[in-house]
Amino acid sequence: MALPSYATPVQRTYYYFYLFFCAVVFFFLIAPLFAIIPISFSVSPFMVFTEGMLAWPPDPEAWSIRWYKNMIGDCSADVVSSTVPCSTKWMVGTVNSFYIGIIATVIATALGTLAALGLSRPHMPYKGLIMAILISPMIVPLIITAAGMFFFYARINLVYTFTGVIFAHVALATPFVVITVTATLVGFDMNMVKAAQSLGAKPMRTFFKVIMPLILPGIISGALFAFITSFDEVVIVMFMASIDQLTIPKQMWAGIRQEISPVILCMATCLVLLSIFLLTTVELLRRRSEKLRGIKAR
Amino acid sequence: MEVTISTAELLTTDGIPLRQSLRKAERRNKIRAFLLVFPLLLFIIVTFVMPIGDMLLRSVDDSQINSVFPNTFDEYKNWDKGADELPPEEVYKSLFFELANGDKRQIGKALTRMNYAKSGWKSLIKKTTREIKKIVKKGEEPVSYKETFIKINKFWGDPTYWYSFNQMVNDRSSIYYWNALDRTFDEDGEVVLQDEKRRMYVKTWLRTFKVSVYVTIFCLILGFPVAHLLANLPLRYSNLLMIFVLLPFWTSLLVRTTAWIVMLQQNGVINGILVWLGVISDDGRIQMVYNETGTLIAMTQILLPFMILPLYSVMRVIPKSHMRAAQNLGAKPATAFIRVYLPQTIPGISAGGLLVFVLAIGYFITPELVGGKDGKLIGSWIAYHLKTTLNWGLCAALGGILLGIMLIFYWLYNKIVGIDNIKLG
Repeated sequence: MALPSYATPVQRTYYYFYLFFCAVVFFFLIAPLFAIIPISFSVSPFMVFTEGMLAWPPDPEAWSIRWYKNMIGDCSADVVSSTVPCSTKWMVGTVNSFYIGIIATVIATALGTLAALGLSRPHMPYKGLIMAILISPMIVPLIITAAGMFFFYARINLVYTFTGVIFAHVALATPFVVITVTATLVGFDMNMVKAAQSLGAKPMRTFFKVIMPLILPGIISGALFAFITSFDEVVIVMFMASIDQLTIPKQMWAGIRQEISPVILCMATCLVLLSIFLLTTVELLRRRSEKLRGIKAR
Repeated sequence: MEVTISTAELLTTDGIPLRQSLRKAERRNKIRAFLLVFPLLLFIIVTFVMPIGDMLLRSVDDSQINSVFPNTFDEYKNWDKGADELPPEEVYKSLFFELANGDKRQIGKALTRMNYAKSGWKSLIKKTTREIKKIVKKGEEPVSYKETFIKINKFWGDPTYWYSFNQMVNDRSSIYYWNALDRTFDEDGEVVLQDEKRRMYVKTWLRTFKVSVYVTIFCLILGFPVAHLLANLPLRYSNLLMIFVLLPFWTSLLVRTTAWIVMLQQNGVINGILVWLGVISDDGRIQMVYNETGTLIAMTQILLPFMILPLYSVMRVIPKSHMRAAQNLGAKPATAFIRVYLPQTIPGISAGGLLVFVLAIGYFITPELVGGKDGKLIGSWIAYHLKTTLNWGLCAALGGILLGIMLIFYWLYNKIVGIDNIKLG
């Protein structure tokens, strides 16, 4: 990609402009995510860089972890500010988010993996149509899904219940599992299954001892995608969840809408760290999967 | 010499014809494959497809009000609007009895529906029902129902109220769809434009398209060079830089939206930097959020990965030798790029462009939070009618139109890219 030595000055200018432009775009993509991290440690209740934070040498007075204390529900005197309410809502939301997310992930992963196994079989009838139906929750805009589900679930009394929210999240998350696991099964050597069976393994044993270990990286990435889908989902939760099903995104939405409080940025920082962790895990799994399946790195 | 071809069928060891046995095995395999998919298919149909279907049915459904005023509506259809200014006596009579004897809750629901057609119905009917109940209690039978109604309230002599019945007299009606496009039915049931002050949806539809087109163009301009760089760098560096693209992709939408509010608000990071640099004065801070600019900036950043990833996967496989060959044959770099490289990236551009566009028109969270008053898209109206006005018919119709547009674009996407070619990460 380097510039050839015979490049003209004009080409050189273009090339450096191009690199500069790309750098600006990368900055545009990533800067907002990292700008919020220092602000979450500000002592001020406003979501801005205060003068004390920008001063050199750094002013320790301007920095604090009071909003993090607020987030975990510690409402002692040095934490409470007149403009920022303090409650255990964030922690309740965290518990609910994990509860809904984990149950939805388990169901979505089980159903999605089974379906992917079926779809990868050469004998699968109506493959295109079924795939289109299974992927559709990912494609239809969330607001339409939310409206449809709200009307329908209200009829069968599932609105404002955990069951309703979990069902909705499973529906939204399964396409990700189906796609990732199907991708892992591409190039899967079916002879291994035949070999296992000819050696006398029953179908269940074949699945758990031969297929499963090979596609496990795909299943785990699918599960992580499913989890993050449920964990970050706000539109469905906004309409279908009552205050009892308060989740982190619902609380953040309320926070941005009503009380612009710096506590939101603390939670946002935690979520950025979580996404870095998940991204790394998925990337490592992808490499491992390629190694297992004998695909050379591109 | 004669050649005999054996027509006897091949048999398996069990004595069953081979063809039959194979077909049986084939069928068994099909059923097995289907059984694996079945649980999820059933789940998605019940929890997702049926709700969407239910919503679409609701968008053409007006049966509730028709069950409350069946006779009135039947008589109303007999009214010859050319001949008489007001509906015939029978309409008033049927309405009289249906208001007097109807179920209070059902009438209440119907009133809400009537108010969508013309504001003022609710209070008019409530008052009238009270008076009618008094008359019934006294046991009087009015000589002329028409006169009685007009005596109760002079609006009963106002034909514009009666004309609005046109919007409700059918069990299945397209009125919500017309409403969603700022149209309504006039006295003859013809489709006409709404009153000036009730026209708001076409404006929002147009803005939704405009914003989506802009976001797609911005994403293309920003994404193309980056995808090109990623595709041409050695793997070691491109994998590292890919994190910049994938991390926003993995981060919560709300976090990214919040981050943009922090960046763009009046005393936010960008204004702060501009003031510090002396580009703008302290009281000349730019309003960049809670308007259309905010929506555009935030949505471009949020949807950019969806443009870069398909472009990258297409550019990755374009042989580098093509550009060199073109230049060897005497093409200037610009010509080589336009004539040789660019045409090969068209699949990537169309895939990324369609994906970004389709995602943008259905966007709700970001425009709602950073859009302020003039940056909201059609999704906000759907949410508003779902949660605030409870005009679910209109909500469903807006959703139905949006869904239809999406399906057209996805059909295109499927033609060009193939829906099962979607890759993640």
